[in-house]
Amino acid sequence: MTGHKYMALDGNAAVALGAALCRVQVVAAYPITPQTPIVERLASEISSGKLKARYINAESEHSALCATIGASLTGARAFTATASAGLALMHEVTGVAAGTRLPIVMPVVNRALPSPWSLWCDHSDAMGERDQGWIQLFAQNAQEALDFIIISYRLAEDERVLLPVMPSLDGFFTSHTVQGVKVPDQELVDVFLPPYRRSKPYFDFNEPAAINPLTTPDVFTEAKRGHQVAMENVRKVLPEVFGLFAQHFKRAYSPITPYRIEDAEIILVCMGSMVGTVKHTVDLLRGQGLKVGLLKITAFRPFFKTEVRECLKYAERVAVIDRSAGLGSEGPLSLEVKAALYPDGPAVYSFSAGLGGRDVTPRTIEKIVKYTATHKSTQDPVWADLKGGVLD
Amino acid sequence: MKEYPVIGQMLHNGLTTCEGCSMEIVARAMLDILGPRTVMLTPPSCSAILTGAGLETGWKVPSFMSNLEAVAAYASGISEAYAILGVEDVNVVGFAGDGGTVDIGLQALSGAVERGHRFIYVCYDNEAYMNTGIQRSGATPPGAWTTTTPSGKIGPKKDVVAMLAAQGIPYLATASAGFIEDFQRKVRKAKDIDGPAYIHVHAPCPTGWRFAPRQTVNMARLAVNSGLWPLFEITGHRFRLTYRPKQLLPVGEYFRSQGRFSSLDDSALDLVEKEARDSYERLLKRHEEENG
Ligand SMILES: Cc1ncc(C[n+]2csc(CCOP(=O)(O)OP(=O)(O)O)c2C)c(N)n1
Ligand code: SF4
Ligand SMILES: [Mg+2]
Repeated sequence: MTGHKYMALDGNAAVALGAALCRVQVVAAYPITPQTPIVERLASEISSGKLKARYINAESEHSALCATIGASLTGARAFTATASAGLALMHEVTGVAAGTRLPIVMPVVNRALPSPWSLWCDHSDAMGERDQGWIQLFAQNAQEALDFIIISYRLAEDERVLLPVMPSLDGFFTSHTVQGVKVPDQELVDVFLPPYRRSKPYFDFNEPAAINPLTTPDVFTEAKRGHQVAMENVRKVLPEVFGLFAQHFKRAYSPITPYRIEDAEIILVCMGSMVGTVKHTVDLLRGQGLKVGLLKITAFRPFFKTEVRECLKYAERVAVIDRSAGLGSEGPLSLEVKAALYPDGPAVYSFSAGLGGRDVTPRTIEKIVKYTATHKSTQDPVWADLKGGVLD
Repeated sequence: MKEYPVIGQMLHNGLTTCEGCSMEIVARAMLDILGPRTVMLTPPSCSAILTGAGLETGWKVPSFMSNLEAVAAYASGISEAYAILGVEDVNVVGFAGDGGTVDIGLQALSGAVERGHRFIYVCYDNEAYMNTGIQRSGATPPGAWTTTTPSGKIGPKKDVVAMLAAQGIPYLATASAGFIEDFQRKVRKAKDIDGPAYIHVHAPCPTGWRFAPRQTVNMARLAVNSGLWPLFEITGHRFRLTYRPKQLLPVGEYFRSQGRFSSLDDSALDLVEKEARDSYERLLKRHEEENG
């Protein structure tokens, strides 16, 4: 017994299969490119009876997430998925899902937020939610997209956590590219992820309580603090869950993953599908004698500050590549890295690239490395693939 | 002397609604019928007072404070989740004001009704955004003063009941805070519907309408008895008036005993009266056609 089937799947199919393997009980969703195939596939699994669940064809993403929250409040395992404008529309209630501490899993198939309109990938949608109190994981490929669904439920439902998880996969690059994916056997997933049971139900008819009521300044701060403590707990629980996952499924993950950093003078930091290209380029540049390494960020929220600092502190320079612009400031990943290294780490260079679906090519990455190697410091964020920009 | 039953035991006493608040009367009467196996959803509105603030709650049943536009969406998820979990005896109930229903919440309500989830939606219509300080809503009647219609609202009262009738909702009713037994009969029916049920309750608000708190029930009855707020239900597609005043009263008393209608002169009231009568006649005719 191998414990899995090897299949050719794109990221969206992998996510849908992942959700089905988790035996989600309620799916409430609204279609939006590039997430649509996820919800189409789940609708068909449910309608054929293969997955015993209820499918709610919500009339908007706002309602989709509200329905998902409602379902989760009853103790059912609830799922939705979205992207871009859909996620922005949900913004009001992403805080409700997190603040009421519900173990919802909602993959986001990253797509640029308007304006102008774009169908293609960047991380501006997910970044808009970064302070809403969700756990945010970024998948590099279809395999991770599937595995992160299973991992997310296990993590979210841990009583030390009880927080919603937003696993991100890059629109089209990951969602629509067919890759070889190991799809775990149902029995194995069932062992790793037992049915969801809350020790204390929200809607308790014997001990009725008001959930999510208006609060006064007298209790609000403490409620928020509880949420932050749960986030802090993720630093411990996520590595545990990754470890458990590796035992069951023989695939190892980590909140952050270094690559060839031991003697690296320049370390590139990034997340999502560009990680593969950066890794490839690191190998190329190493071949040319350049001491370059990579730090892949999987967990963006919570941000694993200490671990990031440990990986980066001996580098001479750090180049962060954000897939969103952070208008008016700089990319959010670069801000996190700078905060992690403060006050005495290596110089951090902030780049943005790949906005609105522009390919982040080995050439772009090479230019980023060369710029970092040859400039003493940089005040401004550099738009690395801007036509007519400093690296063009 | 007639003995009245003690009502409203499913809500705690000492709530901070205004004196003479009909929304609270409606809530108490509603829960008497629904009983303890009920999940209440309230949006930001005066009804949120019942859900409570801080560590206190008014309901003796579990409740959730929803977002203003999303009561029906939350209800969808709760209802479907209970269905898949095999829990069949819980009433999932949204209790929202006119603003949360006919304006910002209309999309979610319409969507949930179209999908056909089993839930009850009770709108208490106090004809403005009251808890935020009396701003107009789509359900504010023509001519009414609010802080955002300082010289009287221009345009009609949005008829959400007709909209939902057009959607073919399985159970639909109007009700009034002045006719509690009629309302409770409707709640009982709604409870047994295997799908969405909607009750729109006319709920006078002394604070926002500018009348004395002791006049609340009187005001509600005046609206019904002058033909301004007919009481009916539509089950499937069958329309039935559930109360027929022996003779319609002139509308003047209703309008003149509130402070919010000073922009309407007598000729305007004549027009309102004529419209109310015509529309009541049409309903009466429909009632007779459909009930033999
Ligand atoms: C998205 C959003 N916009 C605005 C508000 C502010 N707000 C709170 S309650 C309310 C009006 C509610 O009116 P209604 O539903 O008629 O209830 P009432 O106060 O009259 O009981 C408004 C505008 C809000 N809570 N949420
Ligand atoms: S403002 Fe009106 S509806 Fe609100 S609590 Fe006071 S009386 Fe009741
Ligand atoms: Mg109102």
